[in-house]
Amino acid sequence: MECSFALIGDGYVLVAADTNAARSIVKMKSDEDKIKTVSPHLLMAYSGEPGDTVQFAEYVERNLRLQHIRNIHELRPSASASWIRRSLADSIRSRHPYAVNLLLGGFDVAAETPKLYWIDYLGTLAEVPFAAHGYGSYFALSLLDRYHNPKASLEEGIEILKRCISEVQKRLVIGLEKFNVKVVDKDGVREIEI
Amino acid sequence: MIAVRRFSLQRVVYTRVRLEYAMEAISHAGTVLGVLAKDGVVLAAEKKVTGKLLDLSIAKEGGYGGSGEKIFLVNNNVIAGVAGITADANSLINYARTAAQRHLFSYNEDIPVEQLAQILCDLKQGYTQYGGLRPFGVSLLYAGYDPHYRFQLYHSDPSGNYSGWKATCIGANNGTAQSLLKQEYKDDMTVDDAVALVIKVMSKTMDSTTLGSEKLEFATITLDSTTKQPKAKIFRPADVDALLAKHGIAKKDDDTEMKS
Repeated sequence: MECSFALIGDGYVLVAADTNAARSIVKMKSDEDKIKTVSPHLLMAYSGEPGDTVQFAEYVERNLRLQHIRNIHELRPSASASWIRRSLADSIRSRHPYAVNLLLGGFDVAAETPKLYWIDYLGTLAEVPFAAHGYGSYFALSLLDRYHNPKASLEEGIEILKRCISEVQKRLVIGLEKFNVKVVDKDGVREIEI
Repeated sequence: MIAVRRFSLQRVVYTRVRLEYAMEAISHAGTVLGVLAKDGVVLAAEKKVTGKLLDLSIAKEGGYGGSGEKIFLVNNNVIAGVAGITADANSLINYARTAAQRHLFSYNEDIPVEQLAQILCDLKQGYTQYGGLRPFGVSLLYAGYDPHYRFQLYHSDPSGNYSGWKATCIGANNGTAQSLLKQEYKDDMTVDDAVALVIKVMSKTMDSTTLGSEKLEFATITLDSTTKQPKAKIFRPADVDALLAKHGIAKKDDDTEMKS
């Protein structure tokens, strides 16, 4: 029932996630922010087991922040992704694994290029041009296969994202009225109204 | 409030004395020289353990280069030169290599040079504060590359202090070498300029009258032009002789002298 997408454009990564917080048949709130800013140029959309999600997301955020403070330079997206993947791979082999899936979108300041990673609770890592988690992925991925353009401007990227969102809203039986959208580029992270 | 160990001035003095002994040991060790260029870093060292009966076949063919006495490969992007107690140095190099691989394991990237220096310094500092063990009698020069700060050169000493340098020297005659470097170093040197400078300074500070591969270890860190990845090269004896010949330092052959 939770849904998140992300796509890479020209010098940016767009990340979107639904804003419903629900348990069984009850929707508790519809303004939940499921995209964390884990470091100045890194966004992480999380989904999965309630409780595990925020716990793990905060764990990642705090550790990456410590790295940043200790070492002046923040960890590059590829290194952050590897560290997160390693944490999940260790977790799945422990007594109580974190059941959390992530979309990691960031801007590599040293290489001046956007990066996107699809990560799941098993510790699977894939660097991808676009990605999605949840039931919404069944609709979004085919649309992105057809319409994604890695050189798209931010406006064009937002249009593609809007297509995905409206398709999910139309066809998924669960009502996901509102989506939170954030973008990361060389200037950092900011929220976008769509 | 329970204090596990009360702060003791006597302990502090004792530690300081041990550190001074360590520094003293280092000041008798073979010189290691490092120079930073805009496209690479150069390390050179004077070997003290030499002799006809020494088996250096590994240095000639196997391993990652170097005789295993002064200059070591720590990771793809870092080489280190050591001066001081050899056994302590070997232990620290092993620790550094493990730390570099540990970083690679978690982050899938080469360890940033300064972080490696910090990890070793944290270890060395521990030996001045906990356990009653003596400090490591080793000074190290770390030469390396990472994408953030590009080429770098660091020096760390037994106390666990480190600093970044454009050119520096440890071991015997490091004072003379350091002042020579201060005079001759220029900010926009290339690796070739740095090599020439290093050879010049080494020839002035080394005990031996002639430079040759038996007494000199040489290494560089550069960037591969095609892959854009750091490339560490620790010269084999034949390479050192070729390099010296290229810079006009002829090797005096003892047998030839006898004949004439």
